[in-house]
Amino acid sequence: MPDREEVRLEGPAPPVAPPEEEGRAAGEEVAAAAERVTLAAAAVRGVGWQERFVVPVLAVVVALAVGALVIVFTSEEPLREWAGFFRDPLEALRASGRVVADAYLALFRGALGSANALSETLLVAIPLVYTGLSVAFGFRAGLFNIGAEGQLTAGAILASAAGFSLTGLPGPLVVGAVVLAGFVGGALWGAVPGLLKAKTGAHEVITTIMLNFVAGFLALYLLQTAFFRRPDRLDPISKPVLEAFPRVFGTGVRLHAGFLVALLVAALVAWVLNRTTVGFEFQAVGANPDAARAAGMSPTRTFVVVMALAGGIAGMGAANQLLGVTPSLTPGFSSGFGFDGIAIALLGRARPAGVVAAALLFGILRNGSRSLQAATQIPVDIVTVITALVILFVAAPSLVRAIFRLRRGAGRPAGLGVGWGP
Amino acid sequence: MTVTVGALARGGVSARRERAVGIFLLLLAAAVAFGFGLGTGAGLDSRFGLNPGGEVLFKVPDLVVPTRVTAYVLGGVLAFLAGVQLTRGFGRRTNVVLGVSVLLFILAFLTWAARGGGFNLLGMLQSTLRASVPITFGALSGVLCERAGVINIAIEGMLLSGAFMGALVGSVADNLWVGLLAGAMVGAVLGWMLGVLAIRYRVDQIIAGTVIYLLAIGMTSFLSARFLQRNQELNSPGRFQPIRVPFLSDVPVLGPVVFHQNVFVYLMLFLVLAIHVGLFYTRWGLRVRAVGEHPRAADTVGIRVLFTRYRNVVLGGIVAGIGGAYFTLGSVGRFDELMTGGRGFIGLAAMIFGRWNPIGAFGAALVFGFADSLQVRLSILQVPIPSEFLLMAPYLATILVVAGAVHRARPPAADGKPYVKE
Repeated sequence: MPDREEVRLEGPAPPVAPPEEEGRAAGEEVAAAAERVTLAAAAVRGVGWQERFVVPVLAVVVALAVGALVIVFTSEEPLREWAGFFRDPLEALRASGRVVADAYLALFRGALGSANALSETLLVAIPLVYTGLSVAFGFRAGLFNIGAEGQLTAGAILASAAGFSLTGLPGPLVVGAVVLAGFVGGALWGAVPGLLKAKTGAHEVITTIMLNFVAGFLALYLLQTAFFRRPDRLDPISKPVLEAFPRVFGTGVRLHAGFLVALLVAALVAWVLNRTTVGFEFQAVGANPDAARAAGMSPTRTFVVVMALAGGIAGMGAANQLLGVTPSLTPGFSSGFGFDGIAIALLGRARPAGVVAAALLFGILRNGSRSLQAATQIPVDIVTVITALVILFVAAPSLVRAIFRLRRGAGRPAGLGVGWGP
Repeated sequence: MTVTVGALARGGVSARRERAVGIFLLLLAAAVAFGFGLGTGAGLDSRFGLNPGGEVLFKVPDLVVPTRVTAYVLGGVLAFLAGVQLTRGFGRRTNVVLGVSVLLFILAFLTWAARGGGFNLLGMLQSTLRASVPITFGALSGVLCERAGVINIAIEGMLLSGAFMGALVGSVADNLWVGLLAGAMVGAVLGWMLGVLAIRYRVDQIIAGTVIYLLAIGMTSFLSARFLQRNQELNSPGRFQPIRVPFLSDVPVLGPVVFHQNVFVYLMLFLVLAIHVGLFYTRWGLRVRAVGEHPRAADTVGIRVLFTRYRNVVLGGIVAGIGGAYFTLGSVGRFDELMTGGRGFIGLAAMIFGRWNPIGAFGAALVFGFADSLQVRLSILQVPIPSEFLLMAPYLATILVVAGAVHRARPPAADGKPYVKE
């Protein structure tokens, strides 16, 4: 019992309620907590197949459909035809269909059309696996980590420093050190919002976004220092990491062993979350911090540990990029990996296997978008639109259900803590 | 039992926090006295320009102060504030004192930076007010939404969309006011979307807001790449020119700063007052606050809770949309991708720091605007601080504010909680 008081004292102050309302407020709090069906709780209980598979798949379908509309109404030819709709209604539809079919065909052919295309798609998917896992890991503990972008950048700073300064060591050792440095860098960056939330109640959404900006400027600054900057270049680019992941999939394609490492990390995360005591503790805190505290767990400590681990996972994504794709740190090192990570975590229902599958889908979209732009002049940013639409429909399954007239599933999907307080 | 422990915890935490603020003030005082005071050679003066360029009716002499003495005086004031805070505590006014102290610190810093030379203080104040415009609009949008119980994390997205539509429609219509209207309209649409997701479908409001934010990033980047970058005539709306208020603009110092600005500044000042009066002195405001604090009670007395929330979220969207249009129509004169640079989130922090109060939020936005305009001015002064760190300043300040103020400030009781009619 004294233990519990101790925890209570250390924990962030509960939402302030006037003393005379304490009893009622406490009662309401319990009711609200009970109402709060979180993603984690839903996952623990095991939601139906509909929630896990049908809704995400339909969400992607709807997103692609709305994306098609966006393409139609921003392309000149169909717009011209629509303008003269009553002259030839069929032609308007046909022109629209042609544009959309061309676009999506180019996209999927560019992503899956050949062994090389497939390799590139998987290559693009690897960092997304990491950031998706990072966000998903936070979700399971009730934390919304929008900072994977900054954590990846922070990881990249340490990892690249380790990579180019550890010369003369055997190759595999350097690879290991770079991965470790990436993890540490991301973990340090991730721990800050966790610590702030635990100690002051600052909402992680704001702090992580702000830290994304800070990480970007920090990288920009460091790239101008003599320690980081490549001596033979004027633009801000770091010395390259000379070691790389071995190409175990044949030398013809760029895909490397880092893909297997990413899958391993996903499996590890799944194991920690589902099979270990700490994993259970994380999810219990995510499902209901008050109940977890009453059961002797420490939500505050969990916030810090989870955010650090989530950041570390994102940082490993940076190490992967340095060891497999771009050996040097540059200002635009993380090209929206963190934001895609949010979509991937939501789409994958915050489960590691789902995250891997969603990351592959996003790899297809991202890689294919380049062929799309080359073939049809539709900007690659269409993928960002589709990404946001996917999140929209995954986050609001009731929308998808309304569109497809599905039966109402059990529980609300992605409910995190309510309000600004912890 | 729980009640007493809870109250104890709250008292303990708040006492610790008060002490932390006091120690922070003491550190500021030490930095000012020793860093800026002792660190300056005796006999140096700092000159602050107080006149705008061009013809003025009343010319004000430049303010010339001895650098070292000024630093000692400001350090003394800070030490006094720290002493009061540590012994008696400022209680409810702590945020204000904190803001004033930071301003004093920056003033001391500027004095130090301008040692032995001159510095156009008036220009700094002008750019401070201008830089605070989008932050204030964002904060006001947050106040409108959250006072009614809906968390609006999407402000950044609304700013970005408002900026985009302002530029596009303003260019097409060749009329700045039409552009402004379009910015407000797109804000309203996004606000309505947030309302549908948060109020109708009861999606977690943080996620709903993030979705809209990401959607805004995707759509504006896509459309900008598709249209604006290829047809520059679609992206040249022009800018609102400063309007000189007769007589008032001739008042020394205050005149050029406040009464020689463009329409956005006047609109901002008007909205700050209007929303403040509206919220706290009208029936409308009482109802809004009732809905945000205790929707069930409000419902019982016949206030339409969901309607009030919808209306306020749409209003908030309009305000944020106008604030976004400032970027293109009031400041830069064209749209660039991601040009809002996190101002929406900084606005949220300003809202929290201002305790969900329009005037408080405006005050906080001024501090952020100061930090924002600082880096431009300091690069002119050639202060030996890398520009990247100055660029980080507003974001770091936001983190500090959210971490330091969130517990002292009490959000509306029903903030972020969906309401279900019984």
